[in-house]
Amino acid sequence: MLEVEDLTVEVEGKEIVHDISFNVDIGETLVLFGPNGSGKTTLLMAIMGLPRYRVTRGRIVFKGQDITHLPVDERARMGIGILFQRPPVVRGVKMREIVRACLGGREDGAVIEQLAQKANMVEILDREVNYGFSGGEIKRSELLQLMAQSPEFVLLDEPDSGVDLVNISLVGEMINELLQKDRLRSRTNSGLLITHTGHILDYVDADRACVLLYGGIWCRGNPREILVSIKSHGYEGCAVCQK
Amino acid sequence: MSEITRSKAARERAERAREKAAPLGDDIDLDAYSQVAEEHPYQDDPSRLPLETKQRMLETGVVLDDASQRSGTFLQVDHSVVHSKAGQDGLEVMSTVTALEEYPWLKDYWWRAVAVDADKFTAQAELHQTHGYFIRVLPGVKAIQPIQACLYLSQHGLAQNVHNLIIAEEGSELHIITGCATAPIEQEGLHIGISEFYVKKGAKLTFTMIHNWAPKMAVRPRSGIIVEEGGVFLSNYICLKPVRTLQMYPTAQCVGENALVRFNSVLVAPPGTIMDVGSRVILAARGSRTEVVARAITTGGIIIARGHLVGQVAPVKGHLECRGLILSEKGRIHAIPELEGLVEGVDLSHEAAVGKIAEEEIEYLMARGLSRDQAIAAIVRGFLSVDIEGLPPQLEAELQRAVELSEKELL
Repeated sequence: MLEVEDLTVEVEGKEIVHDISFNVDIGETLVLFGPNGSGKTTLLMAIMGLPRYRVTRGRIVFKGQDITHLPVDERARMGIGILFQRPPVVRGVKMREIVRACLGGREDGAVIEQLAQKANMVEILDREVNYGFSGGEIKRSELLQLMAQSPEFVLLDEPDSGVDLVNISLVGEMINELLQKDRLRSRTNSGLLITHTGHILDYVDADRACVLLYGGIWCRGNPREILVSIKSHGYEGCAVCQK
Repeated sequence: MSEITRSKAARERAERAREKAAPLGDDIDLDAYSQVAEEHPYQDDPSRLPLETKQRMLETGVVLDDASQRSGTFLQVDHSVVHSKAGQDGLEVMSTVTALEEYPWLKDYWWRAVAVDADKFTAQAELHQTHGYFIRVLPGVKAIQPIQACLYLSQHGLAQNVHNLIIAEEGSELHIITGCATAPIEQEGLHIGISEFYVKKGAKLTFTMIHNWAPKMAVRPRSGIIVEEGGVFLSNYICLKPVRTLQMYPTAQCVGENALVRFNSVLVAPPGTIMDVGSRVILAARGSRTEVVARAITTGGIIIARGHLVGQVAPVKGHLECRGLILSEKGRIHAIPELEGLVEGVDLSHEAAVGKIAEEEIEYLMARGLSRDQAIAAIVRGFLSVDIEGLPPQLEAELQRAVELSEKELL
């Protein structure tokens, strides 16, 4: 579904991600581990197409189409969605309005209410987007928007950061729904999940994992095995580990 | 005007302030405007006014085709009162000239919230007053529907010098919608509007003013508000259309304990427009509170957004907020917030942000599938949307309509 080939990404003239290649199949979830500053967010933003993250080499292919130079909104309409780790506050724009936009502009109040109920966000629908939101509310708001958007490919940037224990299981449930984890066969949605701590893996199963270090993929393997190793040796352990 | 009620002292002070330039705003040559207006006939049924006039008034929230939507109406065209009627017991609506004759005690309210010699504009309103509305809601009366007032300028080159007086007696409740507009032609003119508001103990007054001027108009409102114990004054000011020069700095004084004042303004300045608009609140009684929020958009004009909170006693609480969006290279927004605490224990704060739409916000909405233009439109619409607590839904819808009309012109 997604193929990333020899991708190099610059942010404000500085190369952050170097020659990364990987792919995510239909129905698959790939988890990306890595310490702060390893280039995880840069990689996700480049796949989404945010202009600040400039691809200088390589290409991104989604559903067989080269999307390396497509604008962000076209990628969204093709079926890519993203959970931002630190989304901006958009004053004046109401949650209800952005959820409606995610639904493709359909004026369906009932669907919005239903989705908001799932995200435990009903009372927040009339608030301004991300304004004064708690850590948990930010994640639930991002997931509510994604559920309305219903993308085939979901980019999840640290869905477990800043989320308390009460919220994390709900966050996990919503991600599982986005990734159709209830389906054993005929799963069509895929995801790329970033986690620094790995907490979210207690709630969401991933098929494969990569460790990102110094802007490159350091190792690949089974998510649980890699997580166990990171937990016992830290990312410092990864750095000294021979590939 | 009756010589009995017109104070000699006020007239003398006005005479002395005749040439006194205002501390803010461009100076205006008053002699460039005519003081003589053609008379317009009184209309018992305001729905029979010309269609074009009605349409222009409707854009400022003044509804003339359905009397059931309003508890009273006051219409003034140039120097003539063309309609004046209260539609509910306990409400009074008339020209201030008539009111001063009818109620000699009104002299105690006249020029008390605004100084007659503040500048040449207040002086001119005293020396050449041309009506203005008197609206009063009697003690304990709650107006079912808003009262509407429209001050309309149709004669080219005219100075309209109105003096309004609004009294919300103890425990009363009232919404006033006032629209100020000009005829839909290339109109040059001067509007001077003195407004004095008295919100008595426990009363609640909501004042929504929509300005719909013309690119050559000069406008100088002068407003003072006195709020007594437990009184609430909520002001919503909307000006989305071009005006050559507009300067105003309404000042509210919370003189009674636990008084509450809220100013909310939405300003849009197209090229050629200069708006110097502020709100000042003097918190002079314990427990009084205020919130002043201004939202300004320039598409090429100049906006000076002022705010001034004065905490004279403690505890009091006040917050000042200004957000400005610059949508054109040529536009300018100058936010000038001032906080003045005179004693220990006042709680005053301010927050101001001026700039273009953050690229990050546009991209965030685009990541949800909106095109760039749709994302900008959503942000501008959100910025302008008047979401004011306690507004009747119908009025809210009217304001929304005004915002939508201007949004179409903006983008």
